[in-house]
Amino acid sequence: MKMPGWEAGILRQCQKFGRLTGHIPPGYCALSCFPLGCGDMGFEFGAVIAFATMAILFAMGGLSAGRLLRPHHPTKAKSTIYECGEAPIGKAWMNFNPRFYLVALVFVIFEVDIALTFPVVAVFKAWVAKGSATGFIALGELLVFTLILVVGLVWVWAHGDLGWVKRLAKTDERPSGGRRAA
Amino acid sequence: MASKDTMDAGMGGDVLLSHTSQLDTLINLARTNSLHYLLFGLACCGIELMQTGGPRADLDRFGAVFRASPRQSDFMIVAGTLTYKMAERCKLLYEQMAEPKYVISMGSCANCGGLFQLGYSVCKGVDKMIPVDIYVPGCPPRPEALTEGFLRLQDLVMRERWKDKTRPAAPLGSASGTG
Repeated sequence: MKMPGWEAGILRQCQKFGRLTGHIPPGYCALSCFPLGCGDMGFEFGAVIAFATMAILFAMGGLSAGRLLRPHHPTKAKSTIYECGEAPIGKAWMNFNPRFYLVALVFVIFEVDIALTFPVVAVFKAWVAKGSATGFIALGELLVFTLILVVGLVWVWAHGDLGWVKRLAKTDERPSGGRRAA
Repeated sequence: MASKDTMDAGMGGDVLLSHTSQLDTLINLARTNSLHYLLFGLACCGIELMQTGGPRADLDRFGAVFRASPRQSDFMIVAGTLTYKMAERCKLLYEQMAEPKYVISMGSCANCGGLFQLGYSVCKGVDKMIPVDIYVPGCPPRPEALTEGFLRLQDLVMRERWKDKTRPAAPLGSASGTG
């Protein structure tokens, strides 16, 4: 059975899976790595689109109804900064601590790491079934990818950027070295 | 155009009962059941206010939760003695609330100065600073009394028309009226 866009090699592999699992009809792969619109995978993307549309309409509808129905009478006293009834001193905006930036940066890097690991895991089963050599190649690739990022983590850790309490810079009277960042 | 049933119930005064549309009813139903109040407990009435929010006489069952910020509150419960020092802050907080806003004056001190009417530092009634919608008498009023005042406020909110709700509040310093 030939489906449009499939190479012969994949078709053979999927037929092998069909025999192994038994409940998947021959010609269909057990893995979800198909182009859009093929077989029974097409409806899932339709559900995603419907869900996203309804979520956006729900939020926008609520906000728009509020915007149309509520009164809007800004006065000078009403727009003053809230300071428990006292006359406000200064602005309401403050500097935030740059430690949050460092922690967020490290988080984002490892979040991307996790996000890129998931497709590897998805195809891992197919590669293992092909043979133990390909299975170890997949594991090795994933480990190399993770280890490169772990090197970055070790650097950040040794540099002291993961700690929250930072030491003040040493004064000039003491001749000891190693000034840490404040 | 006074309402017969409110006059019979002894609420007093002329209550304007013009026609509220279906949309008004729907909006007011939502507003009535989610009136958030600005915590303004100043003295002993503040303790009774806390107990009214407590488990026995629950204000939360009406949807009324306390907010610490005037930006997030629909009405203000002035619970306690208003001194002149606090009166300036009270006025600023009332002005910082967004329309539509209401005030419940709780207890004798907030109504008229109460026990401390001869005091040099006491503002003789919160309605000298901000317009009040509901007066709850008592020293201090029991939680049931404050709940009754809150129910009257709910009736007031249910009767409002949209165009009255969206007009700006009366400028402070003019004769007292609903906000």
